[in-house]
Amino acid sequence: MTKPLEQTTWQEIEIGGILTEPGSAREYDVGTWRSQHPVWTKSRCIKCGVCWTTCPEGGISEQPDGYFDMNNYCKGCGICAKECVTGCITMVPEEE
Amino acid sequence: MAKPRAQAKRVGMEVSIAVSHAVRLARAEGIAAYPITPQTHIVEYLSSLVANGELEAEFMNVESEHSAISACIGMSAAGARTYTATSSQGLALMHEILFIASAMRFPIVMTVANRALSAPLSIWNDHSDIMAARDIGWIQVFVENGQEAFDHSIMAFRIAEHPQVLLPIVVNLDGFILSHVVEALEFVDQETVDKFLPPYKPRHRLDPRRPVTMGAFAMPEIYTEVKMAHQVALSEAYERILAIWQEWGELTGRYYRPVEHYRTEGAKVLFLTMGSLSEVAEVAVDDLREAGEEVGLLKLRLWRPFPFAALREAVDGAELVIVCDRALSPGGPGGPVHSEVRSALYPLAQRPQTLGYIIGLGGRDVSPATFKEILVSARQELQKGPSQEFYLFGVRGA
Amino acid sequence: MEKFGYAQSTKFDTFASRLLPREEYFVGGHRSCQGCGEALAVRWVCKAIGKDAVIAHATGCMEIVSSGMPQTAWMHPWIHVAFENTAAVAAGLEAGYKILARKGKLEGKPPKVVAMGGDGGTSDIGLQALSGALERGHNFTYVCWDNEAYMNTGIQRSSSTPYGAMTTTSPPGKLSIGQSTWKKNMVAIAVAHGIPYVATASPAYLFDLYFKIRKAVETPGPAYVHVLCVCPTGWRSPTELSVRLARLATETAVFPLYEVVNGHYRLTVEVPKLRPVRDYLRLQGRFRHLRDKEIDFIQRQTLANYELLLKKCQAPFPEFVPLAHEEGKEVE
Repeated sequence: MTKPLEQTTWQEIEIGGILTEPGSAREYDVGTWRSQHPVWTKSRCIKCGVCWTTCPEGGISEQPDGYFDMNNYCKGCGICAKECVTGCITMVPEEE
Repeated sequence: MAKPRAQAKRVGMEVSIAVSHAVRLARAEGIAAYPITPQTHIVEYLSSLVANGELEAEFMNVESEHSAISACIGMSAAGARTYTATSSQGLALMHEILFIASAMRFPIVMTVANRALSAPLSIWNDHSDIMAARDIGWIQVFVENGQEAFDHSIMAFRIAEHPQVLLPIVVNLDGFILSHVVEALEFVDQETVDKFLPPYKPRHRLDPRRPVTMGAFAMPEIYTEVKMAHQVALSEAYERILAIWQEWGELTGRYYRPVEHYRTEGAKVLFLTMGSLSEVAEVAVDDLREAGEEVGLLKLRLWRPFPFAALREAVDGAELVIVCDRALSPGGPGGPVHSEVRSALYPLAQRPQTLGYIIGLGGRDVSPATFKEILVSARQELQKGPSQEFYLFGVRGA
Repeated sequence: MEKFGYAQSTKFDTFASRLLPREEYFVGGHRSCQGCGEALAVRWVCKAIGKDAVIAHATGCMEIVSSGMPQTAWMHPWIHVAFENTAAVAAGLEAGYKILARKGKLEGKPPKVVAMGGDGGTSDIGLQALSGALERGHNFTYVCWDNEAYMNTGIQRSSSTPYGAMTTTSPPGKLSIGQSTWKKNMVAIAVAHGIPYVATASPAYLFDLYFKIRKAVETPGPAYVHVLCVCPTGWRSPTELSVRLARLATETAVFPLYEVVNGHYRLTVEVPKLRPVRDYLRLQGRFRHLRDKEIDFIQRQTLANYELLLKKCQAPFPEFVPLAHEEGKEVE
């Protein structure tokens, strides 16, 4: 876990400001950005994986049953829905 | 029991070549440099050393000084011992990256063959190039002769790569006046240098087995803290530099101090110079002492981190310190060294007067007579009250 | 050489998206805009270069969104120094690994060195460093993220901004049609340096991009790959069209996909039937101000450039739908 900036003392910073935890951006919650999210109609999904490849965020992951679903990195851009080969993805507004 | 002197070989050699040999003895691994007068002999000779297999290194013929220092950062990030050299406009072109190199803590060693900055274009010596780079956050030393150029070029690697230092370092030597003259100097052999300078062990490298991110950006919440770490590293390097100089002294018999004293015992008036100007000043001091004047000379060797305590101690008992700058900061305090010396002495309860004289710009020759004339002028100015902030000395038409 | 890249890809029978490598090297949590075509490109290029690689990155969108202290989106060893010197830093890395390997101080083989920069950091301020690195023949790959303007600083024009595009420093007005110069041909510049591999790539053609990057990193010597990155923020396009637009760019010959292997040109994605550029331009707000006069010019120039390219590739000129496009027809 990376420490919040406002609590970090100068002694705690790694030399040269080097970040030693690769991929620590995973901690950042970009999920709050989205105003819509994708919903798969499984009956029409052919498990091709195109949606997974076209997501700029890595916001889609394969599920144990082989279908694909969003994860919290989804920013709601809608590319997956547009690129879906069978058109089985619909963008749905976020509740709230 | 005194340690035995290192094996010494006495040679007569052009100082640029001596510096190249020092870099060879230090086993530099990555060299990226762009030619600029008067640094050219250094890089040319290093190039031939590499071409003949006498130095096992990668020599990059980069297409500009900006790329030279950038490539040095790349080589250092890979984990190699890196070196570059430049002057004047080249140093100015590197400017943006110099700050980055030190803040990212790459122990790059750089020789600057000091040369005046354009305009007007001048290939001759003064300190304006490095004085424009005071804030780059590098360790900075000045040498006054060929022996010092050789010694400090080797020590520079040890200082820079010290595990608690890890900062880049500039070794300043006066262009032409030093770089292109043949001097007698004592070599140190490879075996001694190898014992003095172990292989470079980077704290961090770019290695796929231990991936790190270098050069992240900092929000306002954290920028100051990163800068603090840099500042502390630079000022705490002071003790480590002194320790390394001490070790070299025991090895070679040549001891170096951040502020060197020349005939300062009982001196009422002290000159302060940097670089090769010091040797001229020494002759003047000898003449003046002969004539009964109580004058001495301080030679500022360590510029960054600034030796506050050593300087304050050195001026104790003097009534006047005449700082002779070889650079001009127009529209401001004039001489950079004078302004820093005066500022360093300000907090003292008892402090000497200081006056700033600027000489030798653009390679103008300075003779011992100049110092004697400066002494006369300084006394006149003090008597009637200083008429100027600083004195650009020896200008025709003044 | 034929066993790599696109030629290798022809050995496969099945191209299934789901069979591409799963491990992410440019992880989620980075702060790019929604629908960022560049982030998509980075995600896949990072997978293609493999684990044993180091990245030198220029200042720009991708650097900023991915490396704000204390977090980083990069799984690779990564260094950012400044805006215009990425190629020089990468060249230094390559030289550093070379000498360490020669002195026996490197465990294992030297990693692949990959330089990455935007169109600003490549074709403008970084051109000198790039030229130097290419000329010196370092064994590295340079990937250019071309989103066609200085996007990170707020959409100012670059030499890669297409003719007629609106940017904040090439705004349309009474005396201006937007960007008044044609896009600088970075591929031609790279080819002119005589390097062994140059290519264009697009995230809309992922397999093409993937295999080209693989070929680039495996090619000894310098390699240059120019990637078209749709920027919905700067191009004023809907976020969901970022892949669609990149595909249209190729289908209209605005951004053809080809590679140059040791000076020999080859088209890697053939478009049997070209679409009019209007299909591509009309979806982007940055071209909204263009009149028929400018669009016709763009159309003619695009076709002329494509014809020249096809001659070099020794490929036939495809069928082309006539200039006049029916108004109001839905664009697929």
